[in-house]
Amino acid sequence: MSATTAPETPPQQHGKPTKRPGDVLFRGLSTASAFSILLILAGVAIFLVSEALPVFGADPAEVTGGEGFVSYVWPLIFGTLVASLIAMVVATPVAVGIALFVSHYAPKRLGTAIGFVIDLLAAVPSVVFGMWGFQVFAPRLVPFFTWLSDNLGFLPFFETASRTGRTILTASLVLAVMILPIITAVSREVFLQTPRLHEEAALALGATQWEMIRTAVLPFGKPGVIGGTMLGLGRALGETMAVAIILSPGVFTWNLIDSGNITVPAEIALNFPEAAGLRLSELIAAGLVLFGITLGVNLLARWVVNRRAEFSGAN
Amino acid sequence: MSLDTAPTPPQERKQRKLSEIEGVELEVVRASSNRLSLLALGGAAVLLVLLVVLGLNPALALVAAFVVYLGVVFVAYRNTAGPRVARDHVFRGLVGAAFVLAVVPLLSLLWTVVSQGGPTLVDPAFLNQTMNGVTGLQDQATQRDGAPLIGGAYHAVIGTLVITGIAALISVPIGVFTAIFLVEYQPKGRVSQVIRFLVDVMTGIPSIVAGLFAFALWAVLFGIGTKNGFAGAVALSVLMISTVVRNSEEMLRIVPNELREASLALGVPKWRTIAKVVLPTAASGLASGVTLAIARVIGETAPLLVAVGYARGLNVDPSQGPMNTLAVYAYYMFTKPLSPGFREPSLDRAWAAALMLVLIVVVLNLSARVIAKAFAPKTGR
Repeated sequence: MSATTAPETPPQQHGKPTKRPGDVLFRGLSTASAFSILLILAGVAIFLVSEALPVFGADPAEVTGGEGFVSYVWPLIFGTLVASLIAMVVATPVAVGIALFVSHYAPKRLGTAIGFVIDLLAAVPSVVFGMWGFQVFAPRLVPFFTWLSDNLGFLPFFETASRTGRTILTASLVLAVMILPIITAVSREVFLQTPRLHEEAALALGATQWEMIRTAVLPFGKPGVIGGTMLGLGRALGETMAVAIILSPGVFTWNLIDSGNITVPAEIALNFPEAAGLRLSELIAAGLVLFGITLGVNLLARWVVNRRAEFSGAN
Repeated sequence: MSLDTAPTPPQERKQRKLSEIEGVELEVVRASSNRLSLLALGGAAVLLVLLVVLGLNPALALVAAFVVYLGVVFVAYRNTAGPRVARDHVFRGLVGAAFVLAVVPLLSLLWTVVSQGGPTLVDPAFLNQTMNGVTGLQDQATQRDGAPLIGGAYHAVIGTLVITGIAALISVPIGVFTAIFLVEYQPKGRVSQVIRFLVDVMTGIPSIVAGLFAFALWAVLFGIGTKNGFAGAVALSVLMISTVVRNSEEMLRIVPNELREASLALGVPKWRTIAKVVLPTAASGLASGVTLAIARVIGETAPLLVAVGYARGLNVDPSQGPMNTLAVYAYYMFTKPLSPGFREPSLDRAWAAALMLVLIVVVLNLSARVIAKAFAPKTGR
């Protein structure tokens, strides 16, 4: 050891630390890495803006649709929001159920195993989800869609049914499966943190297991569940391939069970390989809008999750 | 809104009854056994079989049987043990159903991928050939005349390895050093708060936006429309760095402070303490974190579609033109079959590529667990 170290430094003078080259290098490297993150994020914003800029100065007639960028992008945003919100609404109760199952119903061993399975669900690439949704899930939904349009056809959402099942509702349901793991993971985490004393107090007062969960676990975990849900929403907003493969795109429509509508990321993925010139700028600008939306949702989610720390001192 | 309803005075609120607390209703609970719910479950199973035999859609039959089960359990327990127990049993059933509901798509997906992709994945042509020169005519021959499959994913496998490898080379040092900065150099304070916040922001970047960023950066640096492997690696790094930072930070944080202090007290410089004490102690955690980060980006399609493009042949040079990767390959084979009239061979290739991706991801996840377990530092206490 001592043979490899630098020659003995002279005894230190009062509190003045010696600067070793190794220390300077290490500190410099880690500081530079930390600041490179700032640089990368700034880069993402700057380069997207610089490539998107032409579309804002362009003649509105030249933009796809012929009426300027705003009227081009809002149906996309609308489709993105609809698909993600449906996914969120469908996924949240199921995810909370699974999280409760893992944290409070299943034996501990089984709970760990299930946790792994759910992680696996999170790791499956989105393109595989898309292929599965297209080939297996969408055809299975056709009878359901037909039933919907037969019985609820008076609602604008269920006017006509698709024959292939490649609809925005199908895409939303696949998105719901894809965001299940993240909502489950966050909820499970907070449910497990419920103060043991609260739970035992509830049970000691004669509460049934569900009443215990209702009065002790759910109020404690609520901010975590909300935060997890919004993280899931953020993921659903940016999810590309599943929607691009499953949805048979088209113009904006209120009808959820026929082809039509498109989301921002799917629009980009479908059109980017052949795009050039102003079309490129258009798509990049759409990406910029998406970036802004997901950024807002994620920040809100982080804020909600972190706020929990303030009033979780229940013990 | 009327003025004469004054707000409840505080004294009265104190005397609120227990029965008014949300979620609690005071009703008698009588003893009961689990036998009832088992009986109901048996009954529901019989009903399910009956409905399926009668020709009802299996999914619909399952839902119907489940609803009947819940109803029977509720009525049975309300009459024997009281409504509170009945409600408890209903919610137990619902929570179980949520779990089943999540497992069903996973099983269906895994089964589809394995059954559709398995036969092609073991075909040597799939693993050893590229799509160079393969056209719809070959696919037509394969499907119609039973000729052996021509054209595979060799180039996509290589491309995936090259691009993911470069992405890992970029993001692992940056990620680990950022974690070192956050844990060892600036554990508190405004700077690290800002950095943590930025890492959070980075986690939320949609993958396609990362791809657009790489494309735009390359457009500025090398001229518009430049697509190559390095651009893809940069896009993946944007997605990967945040995962590496978060995992590594957690791992460095659990290294006991006594170890650092013991080392520093012996006069070891800080950088050596980090390099020789902290990092080796956390090595297994770091390795598993990096493995998970790789697993997360290896199946990314959208950023590579945007930044790397699509190549039919082998290209091992990430600085020269489009490359192919497994995910993009699967996407193209699935959505744009070589021969629209004879889609089978292309779909087979797509599913085989998908199976390969799933296998890679599963293996990476498992090995991350094994690494974390097997090489964990031995705690002496």
